[in-house]
Amino acid sequence: MITALANPQRFMSFTRPLAPALGIGAAVLFAVGLWLSFAAPEDYQQGDTVRIMFVHVPAAWMGLFAYLALGVSAFFGLVFRHALADAAARAAAPLGAAFTALALITGSLWGRPMWGAWWAWDARLTSVLILLLFYLGYMALNAAIDDEQKAARASGVLALVGLVNLPIVKFSVDWWNTLHQPASVLRADGPSMSADLLAPLLVMGAAYKLLFLALWIVRIRAEVRRRRAGSLAAAAAGRA
Amino acid sequence: MDLDMGSYGAYVWPAWGISAVVLGWLVVDALGRARRWRREVERLEQERGR
Repeated sequence: MITALANPQRFMSFTRPLAPALGIGAAVLFAVGLWLSFAAPEDYQQGDTVRIMFVHVPAAWMGLFAYLALGVSAFFGLVFRHALADAAARAAAPLGAAFTALALITGSLWGRPMWGAWWAWDARLTSVLILLLFYLGYMALNAAIDDEQKAARASGVLALVGLVNLPIVKFSVDWWNTLHQPASVLRADGPSMSADLLAPLLVMGAAYKLLFLALWIVRIRAEVRRRRAGSLAAAAAGRA
Repeated sequence: MDLDMGSYGAYVWPAWGISAVVLGWLVVDALGRARRWRREVERLEQERGR
């Protein structure tokens, strides 16, 4: 399936109906998630600030997931020298950077009333900040080199290096004594959260996931067309 | 539905607000790029056809 989709033309016809379908799915889940988020009871300790979790945690999940998408795409681009993989990597980076920035900002807005601090140099917060810096570094390096193939290779290597940071982000709350709370959804003995709060979180998480997938596909499609436009323009210049 | 955030409104609403703004911008930006390059390819292909 991956080899079949590696053909840009086949990819374009396969993904044509996919992006709107995912987008509609995301919109429906956002509507349900929005309602559930404000219908959920206040947390007995956090009060209404628990509602920040419903936008904070999905953003953080997508910040990590988008980096995985970026890293795997960069790997395929480096190993198989495939233009579509490079396009997928380039398309994932700004999305992941935006989700990671949202996770940091909304986390800060939760930290101020709950911890009494906007920011703490704790292992989870610091590793997520490093994640954001990897995204920004990837984008800057990719944009700084004019030759697109060289740009994809150099930034691809940087993207692979950044993969090391993903388990550090995930397990930082277990490996170090952090101010940030440990995992309460993705844990071996099942979620430790009340169902009233888990339901909106999971619906919002699914909405963010579908939104990311829809936007990723739209951006890859735009990237494929940008390259096509580049080669058409070059061919036209050659004829003139 | 509980929309009274009490004294935490100053934190809850900005968190939701900035999330809505950023996600909305991501959608507009992605669709804008898609439209721009689709039109550009169409234009170049028409020119080539002539």
